[in-house]
Amino acid sequence: MSLSAGWYLGLAALVFSIGAIGLLVRRNVLIMFMCIELMLNAANLTFVTFARVLNDIGGQAIVFFVLVVAAAEVVVGLGIVVTNFRRRSTTVADDLHSLKG
Amino acid sequence: MLHLSLVVASTRPTWPDILVFAASAAVIVVGALGVVTSRHPVHAALSLVMTLFGVAVLFIEQDADFLAAVQIIVYAGAIVVLFLFVIMFLGVDRREDVEVEPLGGQRPLAFVMLAITLAGVIAMLATAHWVTGAHQVVGPIQGPITKSAGAPSGEVAQLGKQLFTTYLFAFEATAALLVIAVVGAVVLARRPGLSEKADRAEQAERAERSGQGVAS
Repeated sequence: MSLSAGWYLGLAALVFSIGAIGLLVRRNVLIMFMCIELMLNAANLTFVTFARVLNDIGGQAIVFFVLVVAAAEVVVGLGIVVTNFRRRSTTVADDLHSLKG
Repeated sequence: MLHLSLVVASTRPTWPDILVFAASAAVIVVGALGVVTSRHPVHAALSLVMTLFGVAVLFIEQDADFLAAVQIIVYAGAIVVLFLFVIMFLGVDRREDVEVEPLGGQRPLAFVMLAITLAGVIAMLATAHWVTGAHQVVGPIQGPITKSAGAPSGEVAQLGKQLFTTYLFAFEATAALLVIAVVGAVVLARRPGLSEKADRAEQAERAERSGQGVAS
């Protein structure tokens, strides 16, 4: 029998917080993307934990879809990063301020 | 046998479970901190792999074997490789100065907000009776997928059955989403103006050739 769900949910909350801090603090777009992946993984861990606690396979099915959407998101996001790098030769979010009024 | 033992087993966790959870939790947290704090993007990507492996171990620990395999194959095998490819491709694998803070006070505010959020979640977990909701709405994790004898059982069979019955529409929608993502990535990664330039060169060449034809 695994540990009670609270441990897993607390760990997921911690990982989500670390990812959110990274997203807010870091300036490199690539690392901000990795922090988004951390937050998605924390959410996945929560889904799997509730799937086990409620004995419901639906939680695991949702994780499958989250994985697919994360893959698609990374593909398009990194495509945008590459396009932006060609134009401005930077991956730092603060340098992309051409819409600043 | 497996289901029987799961039902009969006491609710107290055994020491291997505690050990597995503690080890993978340490791996996950160290990897996550590495992603956030490392200055080098390649180091951050490798720390992300560490976290993903830890999460996969916790998936196995919670009877999600298929998702653990997919986690390793898709995340560690495809997404992180894509990250590393882009890092190498752009040549941005140099250190970033993390000491500079362009927006004054943003960093402490971020820490304060996240500390409040984390404390709220943990306080909620510690005090409230938080596991609500109905059991087995979609289907059980373990167990045969049909009533007939000899039907495949286990969580992989259950997940496959639900993906192709209950979630069939969503499954097809993800196929469309992946196609759109691939087309979008190709459009974004294509060099703008390259094909037009090539077209113009081809047109010029053709005009030259036809001009020669007229002249001769």
